[in-house]
Amino acid sequence: MEKPEQLIVDGKRLDGRAPEELRPIKIVAGALGRADGSAYIEMGNNKVIAAVYGPREMHPRHEAQPDFAVLRCRYTMAPFSVEERKRPGPDRRSIEISKVIREALQPALFLELYPRAVIDVFIEVLQADAGTRTAGINAAAVALADAGIPMRDLVSAVAVGKVDNTIVIDLMKAEDQWGTTDMPVAMMPRKKAITLLQMDGHFTEEEFKRALDLAMRGCEQIYEAQRRALKEKYAVGGTE
Amino acid sequence: MMEVVARVRRDYLLSLLSQDKRVDGRALNQFRDIKVERGVIKTANGSAKVQIGNTTVVVGVKLEKGEPFPDLPEHGILVVNAELLPLASPTFEPGPPTEDAIELARVVDRGIRESETIALDKLAITPGEEVWAVFVDIDVLDHDGNLIDACALATTTALWDVKPPEDDAWTLERFPVQKKPVAVTVAKINGKLLVDPSLEEEQVMDARLTITTVEDGSICAMQKGGPFYFTRDEVEKAYMLAKEKSAELRNLLG
Repeated sequence: MEKPEQLIVDGKRLDGRAPEELRPIKIVAGALGRADGSAYIEMGNNKVIAAVYGPREMHPRHEAQPDFAVLRCRYTMAPFSVEERKRPGPDRRSIEISKVIREALQPALFLELYPRAVIDVFIEVLQADAGTRTAGINAAAVALADAGIPMRDLVSAVAVGKVDNTIVIDLMKAEDQWGTTDMPVAMMPRKKAITLLQMDGHFTEEEFKRALDLAMRGCEQIYEAQRRALKEKYAVGGTE
Repeated sequence: MMEVVARVRRDYLLSLLSQDKRVDGRALNQFRDIKVERGVIKTANGSAKVQIGNTTVVVGVKLEKGEPFPDLPEHGILVVNAELLPLASPTFEPGPPTEDAIELARVVDRGIRESETIALDKLAITPGEEVWAVFVDIDVLDHDGNLIDACALATTTALWDVKPPEDDAWTLERFPVQKKPVAVTVAKINGKLLVDPSLEEEQVMDARLTITTVEDGSICAMQKGGPFYFTRDEVEKAYMLAKEKSAELRNLLG
C-alpha cells in the first residue's frame, strides 16, 4: 500500500471512523477445547487467540518460586499473519511484547495463591492489523477468567496515537505505519489502574494527557465487550 | 536468575520510604552522582562512559556501510544492541540476550529513533543500494540499578561524540545529530514515586515508568515495566518528575 496523502479526510479516517471511535470488536470466551481457559478476539481486522494453561506444576522445577506462582506469557505471530511472511519463532519485538503483556496482566492476578505453580498464557496472532498486543491482552484477560483463575479485575487495552495531528484511538495498520505516534495502554478498569503504558513518536504534554484520557475511555468500552463475552458463556439462562 | 532482597532489608527500605527517606540518604527526586565521559574508546566513531552511582555503562557507536531497508531506501540504518555482561552482576549469565537486555535496547532505540536524534535521511550513499548504518552497542559493566537511564544518557552522549569516518563515501561535514533525548525512570514503591532507583530499590519496586523527553519537554518514548500498576495521577506526577530531571541530565551532555 502506498502512503495516502491524508490519513484523515473531513474528520473521517480511512475506514470511515471518527477519531475517538473503536473498530468493531468481537470476543468469544472459551474458543479452544484443550486449554484451561481461552478466548478469541477480533478488533477490526486483527484476529488473535489466547489460551491459558494452569495453575499447573512448573517445569523446569528450579524455576518454581516458593511463595507465589510464576506467570509466563508468550506472544507469537503466525507466519501468515502479516503482509510479508514472518519467520516463525520469537524475535526481539515479540520477546519484548511478551514481557510487557505479562506485566500488564500480572497486577490482576493473585499469584500468591499458587506457590510453586506456573500459569502459562499463550497468545497467537492469526491476522494482524496494528494493535495486536492490545488485542492479545484483551483476549488473554478473558482467557484467564475463563480458566477460573481469581482476578482483581479484567485487563482491557487499546492503543491511542497521533495521525495527521489528530489524536485517534485504536490505530489500524496504515495509521500505525504513517502516523506520528503510537501509545498502547492497558488498565484494570474498576480501579483505573494503568498496567501497560508504552509510547513512541511525539506528544506534547497536553496531547499526552488527552490521549491518555481517550485510551482510558476506550478501555472502558472494551471492558464491556469482555464482560459480555464472559456472560454469554457463563450466564445461566442466556445473557442479561 | 532473580535478584533477591532479604525481608528485613525490604521492611527497612519501605519504612524509611514512608517518611520520604531513602537508604542512601537521597531525596525522592534526587539522582545519585552522575559522571559522563565522552570519547573513551578510540576504535569507535563515537563513545561515552556513564556512571550513575555504582552503575557503569559504556556505549560505542560504529558507522559502517550497509544496505537500506526496502521500505526506506534513502535512509540510513540505526541498530541498537545492549549486552548485560556477566561481569556486571552475579545474575547476568552468558548466552543469548534475555528479555531484560532486549527491552533495554529497544527502549533506548525508541528514544533515539522517534525523536529523530539522527537525521537518517542524510545518511544515504547510493539511494536504494548503499547507506550508512549506525550501530549503537551498549556494554553494561556494573549493574547497581537504573540501567535504562544510564544507557540512554550514554547513547545520546556517544552519538554527539561521533566523528565522521575517514572514507571517501562520507560527504557530510559532521555527523547529523539534531536532538538530545534523555530518559528518566520513575519507580513506584509503596505508592511513593522516586527517580533513579538503586538496584535494591528496583528489587522492591512495584513498577517503573521510563519517560524519554527532548529539549522542549515533549515526549518521544515511554515504557512501563514491573509487576504492578500506575494510577492516572501517578503517571502525570511521573511525567513532571521526568521533565524536571531530564533538564538536569541534559546539562551533563555539554
